[in-house]
Amino acid sequence: MSDLCRLLLVVIVAAALWAGGAAAQSPSEQHDALTRARGLLATGDYAKIVEGVQAIAGSGAEHAGKLLTAMADRKAYVDKTGASGAYRDGSDVFDMVTNEKLAALPDGAEAVRMNNRVRNAIKAALGTLRLSAKDPAMRIAAAEAVLRAGDVEALPALDEMIGRESDAGVLEAFKTAQAGLILREGKRPVTEQLAAIRLVGARGDNEALGVLRAALQSPEPEVQEAAAEAIESIEQRLAFMANIQNVWYGLSLGSVLLLAAIGLAITFGVMGVINMAHGEMVMLGAYTTFVVQEIFRAVAPGAFDLSLLVAVPAAFLVAGLVGIAIERGIIRFLYGRPLETLLATWGVSLILQQAVRTAFGPTNREVGAPSYMQGGFDLFGLAFTYNRLWIILFTLVVFVALLAILRLTPLGLQMRAVTQNRRMAASMGIRTGYVDAMTFGLGSGIAGIAGVALSQIDNVSPNLGQNYIIDSFMVVVFGGVGSLWGTLVSAFALGVTNKLLEPWAGAVLAKIFILVLLILFIQKRPRGLFALRGRAIEG
Amino acid sequence: MITRALFNLSDAGSRIFLGVLLALAILVPASNLLLPPDSAFHVPTHVVSLVGKYLCYAILALALDLVWGYCGILSLGHAAFFALGGYAMGMYLMRQIGTRGVYAHPVLPDFMVFLNWPELPWFWHGFDNPLFAFLMVLLVPGVLAFAFGWLAFRSRVTGVYLSIITQAMTYALMLAFFRNEMGFGGNNGLTDFKDILGFDIQAQGTRAALFIATVALLALCYVIARSIVTSTYGKVLVAIRDAESRTRFLGYRVENYKLVAFVVSACMAGLAGALYVPQVGIINPSEFAPANSIEAVIWVAVGGRGTLTGAALGAVVVNAAKSMFTTGALAPYWLFALGGLFIFTTLFLPKGIVGTIGSLFRRHGHEAPEAKEAAEPAPGLEKVQQ
Repeated sequence: MSDLCRLLLVVIVAAALWAGGAAAQSPSEQHDALTRARGLLATGDYAKIVEGVQAIAGSGAEHAGKLLTAMADRKAYVDKTGASGAYRDGSDVFDMVTNEKLAALPDGAEAVRMNNRVRNAIKAALGTLRLSAKDPAMRIAAAEAVLRAGDVEALPALDEMIGRESDAGVLEAFKTAQAGLILREGKRPVTEQLAAIRLVGARGDNEALGVLRAALQSPEPEVQEAAAEAIESIEQRLAFMANIQNVWYGLSLGSVLLLAAIGLAITFGVMGVINMAHGEMVMLGAYTTFVVQEIFRAVAPGAFDLSLLVAVPAAFLVAGLVGIAIERGIIRFLYGRPLETLLATWGVSLILQQAVRTAFGPTNREVGAPSYMQGGFDLFGLAFTYNRLWIILFTLVVFVALLAILRLTPLGLQMRAVTQNRRMAASMGIRTGYVDAMTFGLGSGIAGIAGVALSQIDNVSPNLGQNYIIDSFMVVVFGGVGSLWGTLVSAFALGVTNKLLEPWAGAVLAKIFILVLLILFIQKRPRGLFALRGRAIEG
Repeated sequence: MITRALFNLSDAGSRIFLGVLLALAILVPASNLLLPPDSAFHVPTHVVSLVGKYLCYAILALALDLVWGYCGILSLGHAAFFALGGYAMGMYLMRQIGTRGVYAHPVLPDFMVFLNWPELPWFWHGFDNPLFAFLMVLLVPGVLAFAFGWLAFRSRVTGVYLSIITQAMTYALMLAFFRNEMGFGGNNGLTDFKDILGFDIQAQGTRAALFIATVALLALCYVIARSIVTSTYGKVLVAIRDAESRTRFLGYRVENYKLVAFVVSACMAGLAGALYVPQVGIINPSEFAPANSIEAVIWVAVGGRGTLTGAALGAVVVNAAKSMFTTGALAPYWLFALGGLFIFTTLFLPKGIVGTIGSLFRRHGHEAPEAKEAAEPAPGLEKVQQ
């Protein structure tokens, strides 16, 4: 037993005893029980020592836990006559019976003799002590610990506790633990073991699997069979859970893809501009986050949790303004020449990458996570991390906001008008050039926002954008150019498919499969899942 | 057929281009092999290989110009064909190492011994035979291009969609070749070559011979591409480029025309890769990177899309500039320069160097275009020779 475990035990036991759950006996009875135990420990006979250990555990004395823990470490001492006894707790020495602090060990005191049998008895006694803690949550935790440790010695104590337990939740935990111990021990009648298998099988997690595997060794064929069946059903359940977990990972990946692609869905989908510098807009957003956080660290370290709230609009503005500059400076001269736009924006992306590399250095930059994005939680045995959860929520918010801008605002109306018929829109008095710049700025700004989210889960380096550009294009093309809903469906479909393929194929091969599937899909439906219907023969 | 091909070369651009290539093929190896190292006109061996590398890129650019310049297919996946050709050559060169590898295994290349592979995978068989390997150099990219093009063109995937999926193709191949399990040396690729066709690959003479072969094959590719674009078939290609639907409505099977051009182009790119590998000494998966394909497109754009000679010129000029930039104090600014070049070319030089000069002359009437165009390919090539 490591020191840490020991410490934990002491804490748990002390807490349990402090709670007074075990103090069923009056002080004088405790005193008598401990005195009797001291005599037993002094005999040097292992059977008697075990009896003594049980007497201490049964005494209900406040220091019983500490004393037993010390004894396991050979730090409990008695003299040969059994007239005096003490134990060490840290550097202090306490009397075994009265628990008064002593100046030194009594004369002639020797460490209580120890063998494995005694050790096991101590362990079981400690388990019992914990099982009788006052706090129900602590009792459940103790039962879990017993089950996990497979501590067969605790079985009699557990049997006894079940008789006394009144709390339904604790009772259930006790019964499961008891069932686990029964299976580990394998000595109870077959019917009882079969009932235990049912109980443990219902638990259905990895602990249960371990216990049931032990039951496979049982000499009774019935028990073996029942255990095998239970194992199979648990494994199916676990496989199912693993799939759910993968779907969750897939949704998480899908939200990242959607965030990266949604800005592209505007610039490419709505405007028909191939913006190869889109990834660099994402990168700019991530670096904006870094700069905002640096400012927060320097000016207001206490408000660091707010840094992302500030970074989102900042990144939107930075990336949006850069986007408008690109549109006004380069792209507007290339409308109607998509392939040239592709080349020019690729040039822009090279320049932006190099500019960031010159300004911030080629290495990864550290972007911190605010406290509400750290850690995670378990639900039905599935692990969820807060940062992924936030990103999924954030993505959906961005998506809805974008949809609202396109549907509900005057700018959105003008954008759609220009997209559908530029010349008609112009003759209606819409400043198409202004709308183009705003649309491109909006798409770029959203890419910047994506950068804020991606800075939380990816390395912030000048190459950040390059990792997403091909994926983003695939998402937009798969979903159907010009359809925001298509982009949503396609991002999540690709993300989930990728993660479901990964357990079979490995991460790289899964990605290759996805790419090949996409290439084949585009042959079948060259305009994507949700193609805009039109009468033009050439898009 | 041959006389027609030769007739097609009677224009000024072709004559100058082939003349320059002939001069290169004679002068560079001669000055490398015959002149003493301290002579002012001596070309060091590493420069021979460097120029050889540029000329490999020129073949790739030529291949790209054939599909992009004349057929309107902007392939962002030509790096894949280039790298596949390179890998085919690399596999041959690996097999030639024999027992001289670190592990001295008679059959297995070092990386396979390192990975505890018991035997040669099936796709490595036959690559000890140079003829088979050289066939594969053309066949592997050709078959991939055929399969890819057959699917894509038949379902009328055009324009930017095609660009995006060709990019996805080369990206997928890059990821695949990075895997050790693929059996192509994973991350490290294939390297440490010893000899080619029995000659030491490091030797001065071999280097010169490789250079001459590259020039000769560049010339051959040019002749082939030129005869394609000047033929009736080439005219249909241009028609497809300018108005695909109209051409289809006139009764041409557009997809077949495109497919042929795409496959020929892929084979040329494979050939370029195969010549590139022995001169550079390594092939690894980063050659598949989509960025490489896009860079190749800019060579064509800089030189002049749809001019063939311009594509080759662009490849040499851009790469010579890259060599100059990335070796000196200017190294951090290379990406600025390259990015600027992309933007400048698309905005101000849409016809590229050759195209712009050509149209300048046309504006001034047809007076002696040969004489003036003669001055044009020279600056880039001079830069290379220094």
